[in-house]
Amino acid sequence: MSAYENIFSPVEVWPEKPEEGVLGDIVEREKGTIFVYLLGLIGNAQIGPIYLGTLGVVSLVFGFMAFEIIGLNMLASVHWNPIQFVRQLPWLALEPPKPEYGIGIAPLAEGGWWQLAGLFLTLSVLTWWARIYRRARALGLGTHVAWAFASAIFLFLSIGFIQPLLMGHFSESVPFGIFPHLDWTAAFSIRYGNLYYNPFHMLSIAFLYGSAVLFAMHGATILAVGRYGGEREVEQMIDRGTAAERAQLFWRWTMGFNATMESIHRWGWWFAVLVTFTGAIGILLSGTVVDNWYIWGIQHGLVPTYPHAVPPVVDPLVTGAGQ
Amino acid sequence: MKIVAALFGVVIATLLTVAMLFTAGWVHPPILSTQAGFRGLALNQLTTPAAKAKLELANALPAAIEEGPPDGPKASEVYQNVQVLKDLSAVQFNTLMAAITTWVAPDQGCNYCHNPDNLADDGKYTKKVARRMIQMVQHVNTDYKAHVANTGVVCWTCHRGNPIPKYTWTNGEGYPQATGGFATTNRGMGHPSWANGSTALLQDPYGPLDSQASVVNVRVQPTRALPLNSNGPSYQDAENTYSLMIAMSKGLGVNCTFCHNSRAFWSWEESLPQRVTAWHGMQMARDLNVSYLDPLKDLLPAERLGKLGDAPKANCMTCHQGANKPLLGVSLAKDWPALGGTAAK
Repeated sequence: MSAYENIFSPVEVWPEKPEEGVLGDIVEREKGTIFVYLLGLIGNAQIGPIYLGTLGVVSLVFGFMAFEIIGLNMLASVHWNPIQFVRQLPWLALEPPKPEYGIGIAPLAEGGWWQLAGLFLTLSVLTWWARIYRRARALGLGTHVAWAFASAIFLFLSIGFIQPLLMGHFSESVPFGIFPHLDWTAAFSIRYGNLYYNPFHMLSIAFLYGSAVLFAMHGATILAVGRYGGEREVEQMIDRGTAAERAQLFWRWTMGFNATMESIHRWGWWFAVLVTFTGAIGILLSGTVVDNWYIWGIQHGLVPTYPHAVPPVVDPLVTGAGQ
Repeated sequence: MKIVAALFGVVIATLLTVAMLFTAGWVHPPILSTQAGFRGLALNQLTTPAAKAKLELANALPAAIEEGPPDGPKASEVYQNVQVLKDLSAVQFNTLMAAITTWVAPDQGCNYCHNPDNLADDGKYTKKVARRMIQMVQHVNTDYKAHVANTGVVCWTCHRGNPIPKYTWTNGEGYPQATGGFATTNRGMGHPSWANGSTALLQDPYGPLDSQASVVNVRVQPTRALPLNSNGPSYQDAENTYSLMIAMSKGLGVNCTFCHNSRAFWSWEESLPQRVTAWHGMQMARDLNVSYLDPLKDLLPAERLGKLGDAPKANCMTCHQGANKPLLGVSLAKDWPALGGTAAK
């Protein structure tokens, strides 16, 4: 039984005519579906029908505008040289305004483009969110995906807009760019006295790693009981078969407690949602409520002390030992 | 087909792995670790035998030259136009001139600075620059013991046989910024450079080492838990300090924890003594740049100046050249009291 040890699906569904999903008139479906064998190896071979709709079009247009503003500014920063654009791409940036501009509108060259790109990207993300919500409703689904996405958007907006707004400076916000946004991460942590001592950062990390562990445990469990029909998870929630019995006994044997076929999905959803939600709270508190998380940590018993291996030194600016 | 896809994946993964192995930045073991603080705090310096050997090679010493005796007639009595080294004996003066030639212009010889028909002539700009540099070395050895201790510096410390030290900096060295038009300027960020450690931070992080402020103060971290107002240092100030610190650590060939406990960068109490030495070094670099090096722009020919017309200046790398103690701690200045060196006891 090597069927479930491979990345590829052992059985590829290749229907004679495309699946339409839900029957009836609750959804208008576009025509145009194709089958792709290679995609069928890792997922469903059927591509489409895609529902774009007004929100989808609006979202793509705003997203394209943000993408163009960022990309063309980066291209301008290498003097429109396509070779340098490729070579330096990971470093290229679109930086937010200087602190002097506060939350006002900056000239294009000094952060104005960043503000426009941020505005369009936000509009794009929000309309995409509305599209996710409306498509779920149209199919008669719950809106779990939309709310999980909303949690991620909350972190995105907290970092890029809300915390800078609370601080009164858009300069606080993240630059666009691959390395630039990573440098922001490091510098933000340094500026606020070490973000590792921010309890909400701790929670976010715990949920992040926890999500990975839960996902691995769940995926492994279901694959392991696949030979007993364990992938029919939804049926087994209410009509437990031998797959569910075995999977759950396995976890009781090994750690004394088990999630159920249903609750494991709730665990996964909440862990994932709380990664970005707690992270966003941690960002919103930085600079507004706490300025130095390390010192805050000392005051709240978070920080262990270590013996000095060498005699402690004194600030030369304070002792006046400077020239 | 699945086999083909799987094989294709394996081939791609193998190619990527091989490509990664041959990109720059790898060192091979053994990694040598030196612990400087209490265990568990990562206060370690790391190096490899290969890197050590390379550093030792780069810090080879010049041929030894002995300072002449202070007896006999003074240089100012024997020679004309001696303005700085007046109190040396003529013999001392001559040995120092020979030493400077070895340290700064071994290939070019005396005539790099002197007019061979009249050694007292100030016609060559190099001679006037050299005079100022002798004053600078004396200033460093006398007034910055907090940084150079009794080890001191001589011309060789920076020059290493080059008329212009190998590692200097001028403004505007980075990738040229987009100018004109309304494209973003990014304030000098967004391109890789040696100085910023290949981050996307400032390409010219040395501004604080050339400022008119009386003290280099690049502190961005608050020393209290709660905010007072929202007009403290910005996160962008933090980025600028960060890039300066990267340039410092590269110049010294050390990592952050040579001076800092990285969990609390600002905390002096948790820092190592090297941080105090480094702090004085920053003050020294600023002083030398403002008082000695940048004013040379009036003497230097245009081709020696930077893009923005400033003179080549010093940073940590200029003297240290990747060693936390220049020349790995060997004192050349102890043999040269004439340069303000402290004689060995």
